[in-house]
Amino acid sequence: MAKYLAKRIFYLILTLFIVITVTFFLMKLLPGTPLTNQAKLSQSQIALIYKQYGLDKPEWQQYLLYLAGAVKGDFGTSFQFSDQPVSYLLSSRIGPSLQIGLQAMVVGVVLGILVGAIGAMRQNTWVDTTTTVVSILGISIPSFVLAVLLQYYLGLKAQLFPIAEWGGFIYTVLPTLALGATPLAESARFVRTEMVDVLSSDYIELAKAKGLSRMGVIYHHALRNSLIPLITIVGPLAVNIMTGSMVVENIFSIPGIGEQFVKSVLTNDYPTIMGLTIIYSFMLCVVLLFTDILYGIVDPRIRLTGKAN
Amino acid sequence: MDNENNILEVRNLQVNFKTYAGDVKAIRNVSFDLRKGETLAIVGESGSGKSVTTRTIMGLNASNADIASGSIMYKDQDLLKKSEKEMEGIRGQDIAEIFQDPMTSLDPTMKIGRQIAEPLMVHKGMKKDKAWAQALEMMKLVGITDAESRINDYPHQFSGGMRQRIVIAIALINYPEILIADEPTTALDVTIQAQILNLMKELQDKISTSIIFITHDLGVVAGMADRVAVMYAGKIVEYGTVDEIFYNPKHPYTWGLLSSMPTLDSSGDELPSIPGTPPDLLDPPTGDAFAARNAYALKIDTEQEPPFFKVSDTHYAATWLLHPDAPKVTPPAQIVERQEKYAKMQQALAQAKQTTGPVEEEEEQQ
Repeated sequence: MAKYLAKRIFYLILTLFIVITVTFFLMKLLPGTPLTNQAKLSQSQIALIYKQYGLDKPEWQQYLLYLAGAVKGDFGTSFQFSDQPVSYLLSSRIGPSLQIGLQAMVVGVVLGILVGAIGAMRQNTWVDTTTTVVSILGISIPSFVLAVLLQYYLGLKAQLFPIAEWGGFIYTVLPTLALGATPLAESARFVRTEMVDVLSSDYIELAKAKGLSRMGVIYHHALRNSLIPLITIVGPLAVNIMTGSMVVENIFSIPGIGEQFVKSVLTNDYPTIMGLTIIYSFMLCVVLLFTDILYGIVDPRIRLTGKAN
Repeated sequence: MDNENNILEVRNLQVNFKTYAGDVKAIRNVSFDLRKGETLAIVGESGSGKSVTTRTIMGLNASNADIASGSIMYKDQDLLKKSEKEMEGIRGQDIAEIFQDPMTSLDPTMKIGRQIAEPLMVHKGMKKDKAWAQALEMMKLVGITDAESRINDYPHQFSGGMRQRIVIAIALINYPEILIADEPTTALDVTIQAQILNLMKELQDKISTSIIFITHDLGVVAGMADRVAVMYAGKIVEYGTVDEIFYNPKHPYTWGLLSSMPTLDSSGDELPSIPGTPPDLLDPPTGDAFAARNAYALKIDTEQEPPFFKVSDTHYAATWLLHPDAPKVTPPAQIVERQEKYAKMQQALAQAKQTTGPVEEEEEQQ
């Protein structure tokens, strides 16, 4: 296991290095400059600013300097938010994104498994149809539409939850619901399909022949075997959601990093773009590593350090 | 129960499957008995209704199955009248089943110890430790070497033969009165088949269970069964002791089955087969369902269903050929050979009885 982890961590670093390299040069190809009022500045002023931020050097030098800094944990300072270090900027904003993302994932996946399992157990009845329709709606309705609807009905009309802003737990309810719809729908769909398959398999027949009750069969045998394909999609889905849906964060005025990402790209805020990309990639790599380990826990056939037969 | 030696009595069972095309009449008026401690083989080709019969006994039919009539008596109670909850109490406790494919009939994500112990935990309310200890004993009994360490393994770590031993251990852990074996060796190598069959026979003696053995392989039946019922198109067409079915078959379908089984004596280049395909059970033919494939069919076979004619006290066959008015036909050469062998055997037996004197005969009469 330790050997496997070491290998995976090595690959993680390698991946990050490649991501940094590719992103750095792609980013330089973006049209425009980091300067907001370039037209009003004289050539010498621009040169001065460029010199101050190290943008006057050739790109390969800038790249090497950035790498050297990144290794030491220095991701530069933001252009846009004057002189704030990128690391501080991101760490102060990633909290809300992570919290809402995590809540949305947990609520979505748990409910999704439930909905999917119920659909499979009542296959081809109105219950099944209803759950299928719910998951199709969940996948096809964009989260920002859902967000606005939730704000209107649960926030404005029913006065149950605050419409926007960031405060205690109560403020996270609506964004969690809005973001949770996608993982709910996706996992319901996957679990239903897989469980329909599993329920017609021989080992379920054998479980019934043992005298297990219907719920016993589902709980002890069908559920675990139906979750295996779900793991595949949950990882990337989690990263997507935890790194913050920028639109949903905007709608609920949540100080997360999703919003910042958009702004940094629009303003050519190079260090912030780089910092965010690294965080996204890092999270994706870590989640994928977790997914692979989780596979082994759920399915002994792909256990990483199985005893040799 | 009609007979106190019977553990299970199936009477006039009719099972239909509702489909979009109509009702498939999978089981058409099947009756049979299972005696205490015996092995009854139900033989027939795919789609003859063998598995549906056993599934109906277990109460595990698909949701579109409709049990149109009949009764299945077990311990003076009709299993067909039991609620789902009551059947859960019987499955795995009184009646257990072994399935065809050991590669797919074990839960891939559960330790085999737990899978074997599960019936104990479900039916006897045993705690995990105690149930696992018994599971370990059972693993040793079915011949899994190194059981102590293997109890924590998963199914994929076992070979096909070993997995079938595990399935047998699961089925037998509660010492069921009836064991239904649905083609338990079909998916295994021939050498492993023999091992599994021997194991089943051995365990049958140890825990005195009655076995319903479903198979399409007559070769397996010979060494395994006490009595044989031959099924065709949802009906039993002939039943008798294993000797009677093998050496004195009366139904043309049984002739066909036996002729198409290679034996050490079989000569010639070609292995005979039964021409044609089984009838569509959506719309079963009137008369004898086998008539269309039967070279010996009479006119009446297409008009009227043959009743069971008695051959001996234990041997019955549903074919008009046994009617006193039926023309004499000569069965295929291979079958004639078998019948001759049987006649010689019977003669020898009778002679043996005579030479051992009348004392023994009197004892038998008592």
